[in-house]
Parts: sequence; C-alpha cells; structure tokens
Amino acid sequence: MAASPVLPKLVGQRVKRREDPRLIQGLGTYVDDIKIVDMQHVAFKRSDVAHGRIRSLDTSAAESMPGVKAVLSGAQIAEFVGPMPIGTPFPSPDHHAVAVDAVRYVGEAVAVVVATDRYVARDAADAIVVDYEVLPAVVDVEQAMTGQPAQVHADFENNLAVALVPSGTGVSADLKTIDDSAIDKAFADAEVVVSQRMLNQRLAPTAMEPRGVVAHYEPGKDTMTIWSSTQNPHILRSFIAAMNGMGQDQVRAIAPEVGGGFGAKINIYAEEYVVAGLSKRFGLPLKWTEDRSEAFLATTHGRDILGYIDIAATRDGKVLGMKLRLIADIGAYNMLLTAAIPTLTMMMANATYDIPAIRTTLTEVFTNKTPTDAYRGAGRPEATYFVERGMDMLARELGMDPAELRRKNFIQPDQFPYATQMGAVYDSGDYGKALDRALENASWDELKQQRDAAQAEGRLVGLGLAMYVEVCGLGPSSSLPTGGWEHSQVTVERDGRISATTGASPHGQGNETTFGQMLADQFGVPLEHITIHHGDTGVVKQGIGTFGSRSQAVGGTAIHLAGAKVKEKMAKYAAALIEANEDDLVFEDGRISVKGAPDSGKTFAEIAAYAYVPVPLPEGLTPGLSEEAFFEPANNTYPFGCHIALMEIDRETGEPTLLRLVAVDDAGNLINPLIVEGQVHGGLAQGIGQAMIEEVRYGEDGQPLTGSFMDYAVPRASDLPRFEMDSTVTPTPVNPLGAKGVGEAGTLGSTPCVVSAAVDALSQFGVTHIDMMLRPEKLWQIIHGGQS
Amino acid sequence: MAQVSITVNGEQRSADVDPRMLLVHFLREQLNLTGTHVGCDTSQCGACTVLVDGRSAKSCTIFAVQAHGSEVTTIEGLADGDQLHPLQNGFWEEHGLQCGYCTPGMIMSAVNLLKDNPSPTEREIREGLDGNLCRCTGYQHIVNAVQHAADKG
Repeated sequence: MAASPVLPKLVGQRVKRREDPRLIQGLGTYVDDIKIVDMQHVAFKRSDVAHGRIRSLDTSAAESMPGVKAVLSGAQIAEFVGPMPIGTPFPSPDHHAVAVDAVRYVGEAVAVVVATDRYVARDAADAIVVDYEVLPAVVDVEQAMTGQPAQVHADFENNLAVALVPSGTGVSADLKTIDDSAIDKAFADAEVVVSQRMLNQRLAPTAMEPRGVVAHYEPGKDTMTIWSSTQNPHILRSFIAAMNGMGQDQVRAIAPEVGGGFGAKINIYAEEYVVAGLSKRFGLPLKWTEDRSEAFLATTHGRDILGYIDIAATRDGKVLGMKLRLIADIGAYNMLLTAAIPTLTMMMANATYDIPAIRTTLTEVFTNKTPTDAYRGAGRPEATYFVERGMDMLARELGMDPAELRRKNFIQPDQFPYATQMGAVYDSGDYGKALDRALENASWDELKQQRDAAQAEGRLVGLGLAMYVEVCGLGPSSSLPTGGWEHSQVTVERDGRISATTGASPHGQGNETTFGQMLADQFGVPLEHITIHHGDTGVVKQGIGTFGSRSQAVGGTAIHLAGAKVKEKMAKYAAALIEANEDDLVFEDGRISVKGAPDSGKTFAEIAAYAYVPVPLPEGLTPGLSEEAFFEPANNTYPFGCHIALMEIDRETGEPTLLRLVAVDDAGNLINPLIVEGQVHGGLAQGIGQAMIEEVRYGEDGQPLTGSFMDYAVPRASDLPRFEMDSTVTPTPVNPLGAKGVGEAGTLGSTPCVVSAAVDALSQFGVTHIDMMLRPEKLWQIIHGGQS
Repeated sequence: MAQVSITVNGEQRSADVDPRMLLVHFLREQLNLTGTHVGCDTSQCGACTVLVDGRSAKSCTIFAVQAHGSEVTTIEGLADGDQLHPLQNGFWEEHGLQCGYCTPGMIMSAVNLLKDNPSPTEREIREGLDGNLCRCTGYQHIVNAVQHAADKG
C-alpha cells in the first residue's frame, strides 16, 4: 500500500475559521434567539436622574396592564437578591441589584417588570412612576475628591473609593513606607523635565450584541440553567449559585454565541442576578434583552483615568525618572473588577523602558456615572497612552527623533527576564526589532521628508509613533481572585474522533479553529475530526474565561497538556494492539503506526475500539482515552509592538484624516496568522476610535449626553484606512506554545501614535498635547484660535 | 391586530400581528428566523438589515404591516440550497467576521452594494457599508470579503 501524503501541519497557517459556516448563514444561536415554553419577559425601569433619593414608586398602573405578571420594587427584589458582590479586595459600598432608597447614576435599575411579551414588559416599565428628591450630581472627578458637590456614598469620605496607593521605586514591599529619595534625585539631576495632565477619556465598549439573559429554574430538579452573553460562564455559575443559595453543581451556565465582549461582559451584572432570582422565585423561564440605549447606561464603561505625568531626562535623551499620578473616575459603584483595572495602569507604567526611578500613585473616585470595569486593554492602554505621549513630548522638547529617543531608553534583549520598577517580570522582548521593522515598513525617513514637504506647502500633516508592551496571558492564580489557570478535557471518542473542552469561552476569537489546529497537529488527524466544546458549564467542567488576552496562552496550553496525556495513553493501547514498542510509534494521517512501516498502522477508530473494550486489558492501563489537565502559568506574558500613524488635518474645517497606520506586533508564536491579523485590526479600530471619535460625555447634572449610536461614534468602515500589518516573533518561555496573546494589543499603540500625529501636524501652532478625542472643533480652535 | 402577508425567502407567510410590531420582531419571533439581529434602537448599526423587494432595508425601522405584500429576503434565504452566496463565501474565505453578530446585516447590505455597483473600489465599499457597524474586525477583512465576492461574482 502506497503511503498517503502526510497531512500538512496547521499551526502557523492561515486556516479559515470553522465557526463561520453557521454564522454566515444566520444559524448561530445568541441569547435572544433562545425560546422556552412559557417563557416570560423581563424589563427594568431605570433611573432618569443621576443622584437622588427615591421618595415614592407607584407601580399601580403597570400592575393593572394586561399581560403583566409582576412588578417588583428594589426592596422587594432585595428580599431574595442580596447585595452585589465584587471580585477585588477593595472596600465597596452597599450596592443593591435594584436601587432601594437612592439612585447614583442615570440608568440604575429602580424596578422590575415580568410580563408575557417584551413589548408589554416595556410598556409596563414606562408606566411606573418614580418620584425623586434630586441631589447634586458628582460629575467632575477632581472636584469630587474634595467631597463636592456631594458624596456619592455616605461612608466614603471625599468620594474616595480607593485612597492614594503608591507604587514603584522607593516603596516598601507592604506599600506603606514611602522613600522618595530615588525619584527626587532623578528630578534634581534632570536637565529637562516635561509635565502634562492628560485625560484617557471614558468609553462605551459597545459589543454589537447587547447583553441578554435567559434563566430557567426547574423546581422539580432544583436546578438552574442560565444563558447569558458573557465572557466567563464558569465565573457566572459560581456567583449565580452563591446568590441563590444553590450549589455550583445545581447551576449550569451557558454562553451561547456571544456577539462580542471587549471586557464589558466579564462583569456579573444586576440583570443576571435578578433574572435568575426571579426565575427561581416564580419557577418560570425568563428572558431579558438589553436595548442599545440601555447598554449605554447599564453596561460598564471603560477607561476614564486622569494622568499627571512628569518625565525627567538628560539633554541627550536618557530618561532618569518618571512620576505618574493617576486619578480614576470609576462611576457610582464597584463592579466585579472595577477597582483592579487602574492598578494595571500602574503596573505597566514602566512601558518598554529601562527607567531608574518611577513613582506612581493611584486614587479611585466615585462619581454619579455608570460604573467602569474592563474594556479591551483594561488599564494597559491608559499606561501606554500616558507614557508614550510623555515620551513624544520629551522628544519634541529635546528636538530628537521620537524613534531614537525610544531606542535610547529601551530595555535591552539581554536584560530579560526583566523585573520592572512596578513589580512585573517581563518574560521576553526585543523592542528594537519591532521598532526597526515598523520604521522600515513605514519608510520613516521618507515619511518625515514627505511630512516636511507637505507642511512647507501649508498642509497640516503629522507623524506619530508609539511603542507598547502589555500584560497578557493572565495569569498566575496569585494575580486573579478567580484563579488564573485554565482547564481542558481531551477525549479520543469511541469512533476515533477527538473532542476537547476549554474553559476559555470565545466570543469571536475563533478558538474552535485555533485549538483545533493545535490538536490536529498534535494527533496527526484532519481538523474535521475534532470538535471543541466551550461555553457550557454542563459540558466543560472547569474554566475561568476569556479576558486579558489569555485564551491561547493559558486555555490553549491546557488543551495541549491534556492532549499530550491522551496521546501517551493512546500510544500504549496502540503498542499493545500492533505489538510494537510505543517509542517506535508515529501519529500520522489519522493512524498510529511503527515509524517507517505505515502498513503496520491502525486507525484511530481501531485503537479507540480497543481502548473502550479492552480485551485483554493491557497491564497498567485503565479503559478509555480521556484525560484532563489544568494549566497554571508561572507568569503573565508581555507582548509588545510599535505602531506608526500618518495624519492630515484640514486647515479649514479641522477635520482629521488618518492616512496610514503601520503596525508591527509581537505576540510570540502565532497559531493562525489570519485570526491574529483580525484581532489586531479590531483592536486598532477601537484604539483609533478612542483617539479620534469616541467619548462618553455627561452634562453637569450627570445626564449622559452620549446615549445612543447617534451621539456616540463607533468607527465606521470609511473612518479607517487600510492597516499595514506585520509581526516579529519573540516566543514566551512561560508556556510550551510560546504564544503570548494578541486580543487587546491593537488598542495600545494605536491611540497614542494617532494623537501624537495630530500634535505633530499642529505643532507649528505651539501645541504640545491635545486631549482626546480629536474633535474637529477642538483642532480648528488650535489652528484658528491660537489655543493650545 | 392586523393581518399581514409577506413573502419571506420565497414562502408566503401570513399572521395576525400587533400593528406596532417591527418587521425584525416579526421575522425573529413569529417566523423564528433569528439570523437577523438587533444591535441598536436608532437605525444606526444595520445588524437587522434584510432585503425588502430586492433593496436593503433596516428591519428595525419598518413595521411588519408596512411590509405587507412585499418580498423579504433574510440571511437564511440567501444561499441557493447548499450553494453559499458569493458574499457568504467571501466572508468565510477572507475572515470577514469574528463574533458574527453584525455579519448577517453586513452581508445583506453588501448584496445591495454589489447589485448597484458590481466592481466597487475599496473606497466605494467602505462608504457603501457605512450604515453597518462592526466592532470586531476593523472592517479590513470585510472589505476584502466584498472584493472577493465582486471578483468571483
């Protein structure tokens, strides 16, 4: 028999996605697509004042409407839904799932309706009349820190959610004793100091699928099934079980198709607790689907960190020290990870540079706004933005090429693993290589000449460059209160096909494809013989979830380790069946055979048939081919890259146009470069969106001014240029795949490089920094009003 | 209640509906055609785009009764049996989707775009899809997908 051609290796190939056929035919199942017999609909009445006391709540009109099953006030909900738990060790104010006596942001739920139909539920919610005693709204974060104009929570004086936390050089291990001698010396020795206040503005994550929940408590079995548009069904299961006094074994959480998350679907929300709690109370299946207008109010926002940065340097461009004072406007309440997100900004303040002294401080402040939590990048884009804009200002002050200033201060390849001043240990890196590649791809020197020529003609053209390093592959369990591992069970089924579970539940990342590619190579079988199960705690026994660019580095590694265990056992069964030494066997083309003698081989189906009916049972083996593995990473991973932007601003209108965006990203080894490109593209769009057009705004009365897609600008196809992509590859030693993670990378470098390009274009008007977003009116003022 | 009769994906469908029922809810909830999605409530995002009498339309902005007597095509009716539409193929080949939520609407808008302009430039594709928001892809692979379909179409 002639040997069949060996299956090509799939890892590293641009394999098209296995998820797509169902999604391009409208056959995916998202939460709102789920129907259960006798299912009722839930709607929330939400506060339309930012800060107030509830004087009265009149539900009589709503209750009398045909089709309305129940109307519940916050106090009634509080009888069976306890206070909202958080996932960080910071102090947290009382937070009812539905407001009981006070409201603290526009959109906070004040009452709940259960009805037969979603239209009726909405009508009934509208018919609820709430009378508020309106209190002054706390909107300005720095004013809030003085306790003015009001306190959001009585027990948190001066609205300080997290009082000043220092970090960096000169702080003792317990973070209590401050010794500023190193940073003071750096600034005393400095020949140049640049200082700037910068706002990394509040954003709305806006996954295209709003949130949704279906909960089905079955009284006969005393079990709860909850479908939710979530990034982490296992964490959801734990919290829903605890809230309902049920065991984790009695709750099944399912994340079906999830239409994007971007960090905002990590949090466990009031609506999830309330819908589950009501289903248990009524013994009925219930559905709630978020409207977009609701999502702008009730889904967590991201960013909103004010940074005061000072950089001390020598005249020849060596950075001696950096101070970064951070003030985070976290909105009205602590949600699951709210308080932890800005700590990541502190953690990554070292950026890509070898800086002798860094002092950072962080203060987190309550205001009468929607709570913040993770949004793509979650703390790292903010750090990158502050430091990279600061470095850009320093380069301008020194008259140095911004690329050369960076190069002069890089952590060098031979310094890895590199312990930063901020307590991180960067795993691996070659920042100069990424910079060089980006400069080459952008034709940096020619580009500078083109810019100069254009400016000489009177055109407002500018160039911006930014480096980034981020913390991904989260992470050791010491850094995550949920645990930082991932889990997988890999099974060679009785027919020889392979199934694998993963707790890294995707929402667009394509894990069914990338994890399949890995297993196909590991076992030497076609991709079509593999199924990846995810997003269902009834099927996937353990898991953490998908966030922090961790699914490949942590989840992928768990699959790899479980696969290796199954493969080892399978080799023993094959050795017994073929009567060969297991060390002489090769896995190839869906067969296991003696190396060099393919005719000796047996198919996966034949070996599985033996393993599941093991007569005779080989000595030392148990039946079956199914093994599980937990993977606990010893460290995070630290991908990096360089982004370059070319921008032109219309002198007459102030309208900025992004002409080029050159990206070089290093995420370590890549499983599927096509999917990686897609991930970076999406991140770039969001990073550019922040720089140019996105901003959540509030009026002085705490009323949101950006409550729909008519006011909040998500980038459209015509807003973006064709991205120029490339990658360098610096594997991580943290996991056997060498993969670092790439989901958030695009949001890091793009934002500061785009803003720096705008500043470069307008530098002739004396401007050295422009706060985001780059509203044409703001740029026009700089051009025509002489304002900086 | 109002009687509506709409030809959906080639099949005549009749029902008594609330006069205020949106076409998208008629499709999703009465007919269980859940491939058409709802992503906003202000007609910006385009996730609900279908073809009404051959032209792309946002089904969250039309009452079911307004579509009475019309022919509606949804994503479920786009393929020709087992044969994917060139745009469906293009999106698959070029990785034109990630979470997939905007995808049905994006594809239906692109059908209209290519009908009007079978060989669009990149700029024309980007401007032609401005009524459809995608938060995952940064649009580049969507542009490639439409170009792929235009080349093969």
